[in-house]
Amino acid sequence: MTETNSSAIKAYAARFGPERGQGRNALSPHLAALEAEAIHIMREVAAEFERPVMLYSIGKDSTVMLHLAMKAFWPAKPPFPFLHIDSLWEFQAMGAFRDELAEALGLDMIVWVNEEGRARKIDPFVHGSALHTQVMRTDGLLQALSAGKYDAAFGGGRRDEEKSRAKERVFSFRNQAHAWDPRNQRPELWRIFNTRIRKGESIRVFPLSNWTEVDIWQYILEEQIPIVPLYFAGERPVVERDGTLIMVDDDRMTLEPGETPRDKKIRFRTLGCYPLTGAVESEAETLEDIVLEMLTARSSERAGRLIDFDEAGSMEKKKREGYF
Amino acid sequence: MADGQTRTEVMERLTRAGEGGVLRFITCGSVDDGKSTLIGRLLYDSKLLFEDQIAVLERDSKTHGTAGEEIDFALLLDGLEAEREQGITIDVAYRFFNTEKRKFIVADTPGHEQYTRNMATGASTADLAIILVDARKGMLTQTRRHTYIASMMDIRHVVLAVNKMDLVDHSRARFHEIVSDYLSIAEDLGFASITPVPISARYGDNIFKRSKAMNWHDGPTLMEHLERVDTQADNEAAFPFRMPVQWVNRPNLDFRGFAGTIAAGSVKPGDEVLVAHSGKTAAVNRIVTADSDLDEASAGQAVTLVLDREIDIARGDMLADPKARPEVSSQFAAEILWMAEEEMLPGRAYLLKAGGQVTPASVTTLKHKLNVNTFEKEPGKSLKLNEIGVCTLNSSKPIAFDPYKDQRETGSFILVDRFTNQTVAAGMIEFSLRRASNVHTHAMDVNKDRRAELKGQKPAVLWFTGLSGAGKSTIANLVERKLAEAGRHTYSLDGDNVRHGLNKDLGFTDADRVENIRRIGEVARLMVDAGLIVTCSFISPFRSERRMVRDLVAEGEFVEVFVDAPLEVCMQRDPKGLYKKAQAGEIKNFTGFDSPYEAPEAPELRIKTAEIEPEQAAEEVIEQLVQRGLLG
Ligand SMILES: Nc1nc2c(ncn2[C@@H]2O[C@H](COP(=O)(O)OP(=O)(O)O)[C@@H](O)[C@H]2O)c(=O)[nH]1
Repeated sequence: MTETNSSAIKAYAARFGPERGQGRNALSPHLAALEAEAIHIMREVAAEFERPVMLYSIGKDSTVMLHLAMKAFWPAKPPFPFLHIDSLWEFQAMGAFRDELAEALGLDMIVWVNEEGRARKIDPFVHGSALHTQVMRTDGLLQALSAGKYDAAFGGGRRDEEKSRAKERVFSFRNQAHAWDPRNQRPELWRIFNTRIRKGESIRVFPLSNWTEVDIWQYILEEQIPIVPLYFAGERPVVERDGTLIMVDDDRMTLEPGETPRDKKIRFRTLGCYPLTGAVESEAETLEDIVLEMLTARSSERAGRLIDFDEAGSMEKKKREGYF
Repeated sequence: MADGQTRTEVMERLTRAGEGGVLRFITCGSVDDGKSTLIGRLLYDSKLLFEDQIAVLERDSKTHGTAGEEIDFALLLDGLEAEREQGITIDVAYRFFNTEKRKFIVADTPGHEQYTRNMATGASTADLAIILVDARKGMLTQTRRHTYIASMMDIRHVVLAVNKMDLVDHSRARFHEIVSDYLSIAEDLGFASITPVPISARYGDNIFKRSKAMNWHDGPTLMEHLERVDTQADNEAAFPFRMPVQWVNRPNLDFRGFAGTIAAGSVKPGDEVLVAHSGKTAAVNRIVTADSDLDEASAGQAVTLVLDREIDIARGDMLADPKARPEVSSQFAAEILWMAEEEMLPGRAYLLKAGGQVTPASVTTLKHKLNVNTFEKEPGKSLKLNEIGVCTLNSSKPIAFDPYKDQRETGSFILVDRFTNQTVAAGMIEFSLRRASNVHTHAMDVNKDRRAELKGQKPAVLWFTGLSGAGKSTIANLVERKLAEAGRHTYSLDGDNVRHGLNKDLGFTDADRVENIRRIGEVARLMVDAGLIVTCSFISPFRSERRMVRDLVAEGEFVEVFVDAPLEVCMQRDPKGLYKKAQAGEIKNFTGFDSPYEAPEAPELRIKTAEIEPEQAAEEVIEQLVQRGLLG
């Protein structure tokens, strides 16, 4: 049965109604500064581009970004659509969360599937994570961006995620082929962003550039933002494969000889395609628990993200190909 | 899981972590001074690394570290150099760490040739600069340069970190020697604080933990200082209110708000605010955020203001304190750092971007260049990559600003090349050249729209470009005649009436041609402002200059007519005998002959005069004007 948190989402949406919710406690000063910076960036994009879009991956960073967009333009709705690239292999709870959230907030949520990939029945268990990610995510994203003729796309990337991201600009320029040309990036000074592009070119924008993982969690906690239930510990069926706990989310997963799914109390520190996302055993059932667990954590977030371990999977390369 | 007590602890720890807000700083040093080691050390000692990262670090330190048996902290951030070798332009990498008191954002810039540009980029958002000096080498030319750039970018606080103290026996005398050398150059640059700290990045001395070997040091450790330094007090909050309008929020007829980030000062409901450009004022009714309406908002906050009356405000306008107004001017002096390979050409139009304001602007004169190593003024005609100069600029539309030294947020701008779209310069405004700040624009009653309305027409520039002898003037004259017959008010500009008067001081070098077109463009713009339809017939061989004129007038008011005839045809026609003279070598730089003609890429209209009669060509121009809604 798919896990949902419908009532939390409804209560959350009510905060953005004409009456607003009760004013919450003031944010921690550093989060207030990061929030203001992200809102500033989003307003710049809304004002300067013709067809912006906000990528929505359903994960915690993306959900924080969406929350900031709700705040940036209130009482108006965000003046752009949201775009989810559905790989067809995400946890079921993610799709449910996305649909409920979009509906409750009244957002224009576009869900894009690479139909060619669907027809070819791309399966991460069979074809490997690299090909699956390439076809369903990277290619899917490029198709969707071209089809929508978007000239600016927000992504939830943070500079602290990975060494190569540390140098990424907030406004990252892409050529006609959506490729990132490292030789052709523009210096960013003060809060003045050069948004000039020619026809067919586009810009990826990262409003969360200066946030760290701790900032994200602390913000979710202080702002009480609903997130996919899978981030919280719960009994879920898993098998252990190559030292990683994989949750059996549907019956497309063929069990290997000797494998029997067992219920374990687990949660996810990052979300994506279920065959590619490792779980951690955890007792953290609330946001406070998660933050506590994280502050004492001993391994980095990406350890749970199998995609980075693929030999051909370096971020740098993916970025050049158009992946975020 | 978390019981009551741990939960409270976590919450307290988190709350404390945020108390000091964010401190942004930049680290500056020459190669091998230990910059990477220092930053790596900060990340490591702030306990931000996870076990898997530390394991990798220890392994890598053994295989390719440069610190012997010790952990080589520099390996935490490598990558910049390798990429530079691949020709990748890395300007700044940002690193993050936090302590119980503050969150820190570090701008790390690779050294070498691109240094000035990179450092300026990192410095533009920094509150503090750490100037790193190798205790063995002492002050270097680079130290002066870094210090100068820090002061130019108006970083208020400097830390002089004297590194590798372990290699000079932790000598107090050596430290003091370097400090006094440093103060002799930096003292007069106007920093709010200069804090010297003797450190050893490799061993962590006086970074997080106080050094035993240097117990003579009675100042703060590096982290004590970074956690405590107050960078807010001296600037934004105390300054008069400024808010550049980013976006007009208009979800329905009942709500009209102006969204923006407060650049300086603070605002309360009831406060009177001024629209800098129009000089109109209104009172603030509400300060709206998605959480609640606020009783007050100040510098750094992103808000939406609702005013008590309807006045014209759009993106690019600045809301300000009416008692302490910003300057509004189209002529000003600024310090400029050139960031592009292609050099800066006085007279050429770039796009100037300041907050939400965008306008074509050109450098009219380069007063002098600045040597970043000696702080001396040097004469110069143009600026190359990484050079700094003091210039006067002229913008097509007036911009609202404060001097950069008073207010970074509202005194800075960038210049963008209109063809490559690259950011080519960073600018810091010094002062307005017209004393416009005293004669604020009063809401004008007779404006362009009114003038055009009185004439019952839409003003426009019809720009005829093409080779000499292509037929520009012939067609333009016919067009003007037809317009006059239809009762329109026109004027015609061409070589005959411009070269003998307004531009008689100009020759035919590239620079003079640029200036020639610039002046004509300005005259045409004034005529459009007066409500006229202006025909201009000039060879105008360069795309960029035609583009410059296009940008001087409003969207849709510029109609480019490419009068296209093959060179052979023009040479054959040769109505003024000029091609013959050019062939004989009597005229130099003749377009099409020994000077290039850049044909328009997307003119509004292209006329092949070898194929049709002038009368028919003029009809086509009129037809264009009708289609574009310029003629009713
Ligand atoms: N003895 C000693 N060596 C240091 C210290 N700080 C850095 N180094 C060494 O100096 C060399 C250059 O350091 P690095 O951080 O790469 O310099 P960068 O070019 O400024 O980033 C490396 O071999 C470091 O291990 C220090 O405090 N003491």
